[in-house]
Amino acid sequence: MTVQEIIEDLGLSVCCGEGNLTREVTGGYSGDLLSDVMANSKTGNVWITMQIHVNIVAVAVLKEISAIILVNGRQPAEETVRKAIEENLPILQSQLPAFEIAGKLYFLGVVA
Amino acid sequence: MVEPFSQSFLIEGRNFLNAGKASTEIKSILKQLGVNAAFIRRVAIAAYEAEMNVVMYARKAKMTFQVTPQVIKILVNDEGPGIPDIERAMREGYSTATPEMREMGFGAGMGLPNIKRNSDDFTIESEVGKGTQLGITINIS
Repeated sequence: MTVQEIIEDLGLSVCCGEGNLTREVTGGYSGDLLSDVMANSKTGNVWITMQIHVNIVAVAVLKEISAIILVNGRQPAEETVRKAIEENLPILQSQLPAFEIAGKLYFLGVVA
Repeated sequence: MVEPFSQSFLIEGRNFLNAGKASTEIKSILKQLGVNAAFIRRVAIAAYEAEMNVVMYARKAKMTFQVTPQVIKILVNDEGPGIPDIERAMREGYSTATPEMREMGFGAGMGLPNIKRNSDDFTIESEVGKGTQLGITINIS
């Protein structure tokens, strides 16, 4: 499944990274503690988080995350978007909480 | 065979805007050198955690990154408060992060354990009031 397909199925909005939505999603990881995500996410995962500050971009780039999904209607900081554009990293948004997004992804077959 | 390579980075304490820059650069250098992806993943985690510790706690640090055909080494030498109890700092879940750092998702108490877990050899020395030195080695041969 690609990032684009997840956007369509979950009705996500795209903040940036429009040029990189054909990436294949290998699974998902949900977490707001950066060291936890560094330790436990896998290459190609989508990352569900409430964190919006610029450091999430470095974590996503280092772990080769396919896209970040911000939940609960959180807006990324300006600096976060600027850096994500530089890195061609998709940042997506949903009004739903992390639990529901993870559930919907699981239902779609995006499993850890 | 991986070509030998060496580079140093200066990491500024408290500069959260540039945090992760050295680790990201190290990762892209390793990719260019053709190092196996599994090793790159371990180096990226260890380098990032070491870099973030400097950003959060120290005034500044020199991070030296060396690649030989056998090993990847990262040496971090910081000027900072030092660690009074290294054994405690190495314990998973123990953190001295401030509430502000925790709000940003730091302070999981996983930094040093993550570094150790991803290293084949890990050394840490610290002097209170002066600074901390980390030595991270990952065997690639």
